[in-house]
Amino acid sequence: MIEVQGVSRSFGPVPAVRDVTLSVRAGEIFGLIGPNGAGKSTLLRLLLGLIPPDSGDLTIGGVAPGGPGFRELRRHIGYLPENVVFYDNLSGLETLQFFSDLRGTARTACGPLLERLGLAAAARRPVRGYSRGMRQRLGFAQALLGEPRLLVLDEPATGLDPAGIRDFYRILAQLKAGGTTVVLSSHNLAEIQDRVDRVGLIRDGRIRAVGAVQALREERRLPLAVDFRLRPGARHVVLQALAALGDCRVDLGPDRGTVTCDPARRMAVLSILTSLGDAVTELRLREPSLEDLFLAYTEP
Amino acid sequence: MFAPRPIIVIARKEFRERLRSRWVLAVAAVLATFALAIAWFGAAQQGAVGFRGAGVTIASLVSLVIYLVPLIALLLGYDAIVGERERGSLDLLLALPLSRAELLLGKFLGLGTALAATIVAGFGLAGLVLGRQFGGAGLVAYSEFVLSTLLLGLAFLSLALLISTLAANRVVAGSLAIALWFLFVLVYDLVLLGLLVATEGSFLGAAFPLLLLLNPADVFRVLNVMSLEDVRTLYGLATVMPARLADPRLQGAVLLLWIAVPLAAAWLHFRRAR
Repeated sequence: MIEVQGVSRSFGPVPAVRDVTLSVRAGEIFGLIGPNGAGKSTLLRLLLGLIPPDSGDLTIGGVAPGGPGFRELRRHIGYLPENVVFYDNLSGLETLQFFSDLRGTARTACGPLLERLGLAAAARRPVRGYSRGMRQRLGFAQALLGEPRLLVLDEPATGLDPAGIRDFYRILAQLKAGGTTVVLSSHNLAEIQDRVDRVGLIRDGRIRAVGAVQALREERRLPLAVDFRLRPGARHVVLQALAALGDCRVDLGPDRGTVTCDPARRMAVLSILTSLGDAVTELRLREPSLEDLFLAYTEP
Repeated sequence: MFAPRPIIVIARKEFRERLRSRWVLAVAAVLATFALAIAWFGAAQQGAVGFRGAGVTIASLVSLVIYLVPLIALLLGYDAIVGERERGSLDLLLALPLSRAELLLGKFLGLGTALAATIVAGFGLAGLVLGRQFGGAGLVAYSEFVLSTLLLGLAFLSLALLISTLAANRVVAGSLAIALWFLFVLVYDLVLLGLLVATEGSFLGAAFPLLLLLNPADVFRVLNVMSLEDVRTLYGLATVMPARLADPRLQGAVLLLWIAVPLAAAWLHFRRAR
C-alpha cells in the first residue's frame, strides 16, 4: 500500500526525516512510534504529498504524491493532523458536511458518523463549545468520511479520555476488518502495542526498527526481573540456591531481593525460587518496559 | 486547472462563517451609520448642516471610504491562510482533493462576497435615505460610487490574502496588514505631497500622476472625485491628474489590476510554500 524508499527531508538546515525506507502492507494497522520531534509528523506529511521529499521515492497504492492520479487518490485517504482546531462558528454537523462536500462524498453519511463517534447530541452545537476530546472525535469523524482505503492519523489519541481511546481503537479494528489500511503515530508505545500489527520506531528522523512489538521484544532479549520477599534469616539459603543460575544478577536485601536475567531463563529462576518453601514469598515478574524496549532500539 | 465545486464549497463556508459571527451585520451597520452621519454633517465646512446634493455627499463619503474600507478588507482577509495554517486545518484541507489555487480562490470569493454584502447593505441603506435628495442622475453617481467602493475593498482584500500567504504567523500578518493600511491610506499621499511641495511642483514632471495609480486608495479617490463636476476643484492632488489618466474606465481597469495582481502573487507564493 505504501512504499517509502530512501526518503529524506530537511527544513532549512534541520533534517527532519533521514533516509527512511519503509513499507506498509494493505490492510494492516501500522504505528509510527517516537518522541516529540522525532520526525513522525513530517513523515506523515510526506506520505500525503503535503510537502515534497528532498530525495528518495514514495508511492501510495502505486501513485506518487503530487503526481498524476493523486488528486483522485486523495478522495480515498482520510487524514487527521495533530492538534487540529476547527471553525468556531460552525456546528459539528456543518463542519463534517463542509469536509464531506470537499471530498465529494454524500452528506447523508455525516449524521450516522457523528452518532458512531458519540457526538450525535452535540451535532448542532457550535464547535467552539466542544471539549478537547469532542474536537478530536470530530476530527476522527472527518477522517472517516467516504470510507477511506487509507487512514493517516497523527497522534489520534491525544486529548481522548480512557473510554474515548477504547472506542477509537475499537473503530480502528472494525475498519481493519473492512480492509482499511491505517498508519498512525504516537509517542506512547504502551497505548498502541496491543492495537497495531507492526510498529516503526523513529528517532531523530531515522527509522530504527520495524516489526511486531512482540517480535521486537524477542529480538532484543531485554533482561527481565523477578522480585520476591525474603523470610528474615533465609538470606544465605536463597543466595546459595540462586548461585546455580550462573549468569543471572542477584541483588539481596535484608527482607527482599531481585533476580535479573535473560528472558529465556525465567522458568529456571521461578522453579528455584518456588522450591525454597517459605524462605521466599510474594513473587513478581517484571517484563522489560516498553520504554526500555524503545530506548534499546533508539539509543545511539 | 480549477474545479468549480471545491471553490464554491470553500467560498460558501467563508461567507457563512462571517454571517454567523455577525461580522456582516456589524460592519454594514457601521458603514450605514457613518455614511448617514457624514452626509448630514459633511457640508459643515460650508457653514450649514443637513443632507446636500449627490456630488457633495459622495465627496464626503469618499474620505470615509478611503479610511474605513481598506481597513475592513485587510482585517477581513489577513488571517485567511495563515489562520488555517496556525490552527492546523491547512494540512487537512490540502490533503483533500483541493488544489492551493482553488483554496485561495474560494477564500477570496467567500470573503469578497461577505465584503460586498456589507458594502451593498451599508451604503444601500444610506442610499435609501439619501435617494430622495439625489434625483436620477445623483442615484447613478451614487451607484457608481458604491461600485467603486466595492472594487477598492476587493483590492485590499486581495492584498490581505497576499499578506496571509507570506506571513509566518497571525501576529506578523496582522502587523503587516496595519502597516499596509498606514502606507496606502496615510503615508503615501503625505510623501507625494511633500515631494511636490519641496520641488515646487516639478517632481517627476508629467510622470507624477502615474504615481497615484500605484496606490489603490488614490485611484479610488481620483475615480470618484474626477467624475463629479462640482467637487473636482475641491481636491488638491486630484487636480494634477491629466484628463487622459482621469478616464474612469482606465481608473476602473487599474483597480481591477489591483485586485488581480496581488491575488496572482499570493498564488505564486502559496503554491510553493510548505
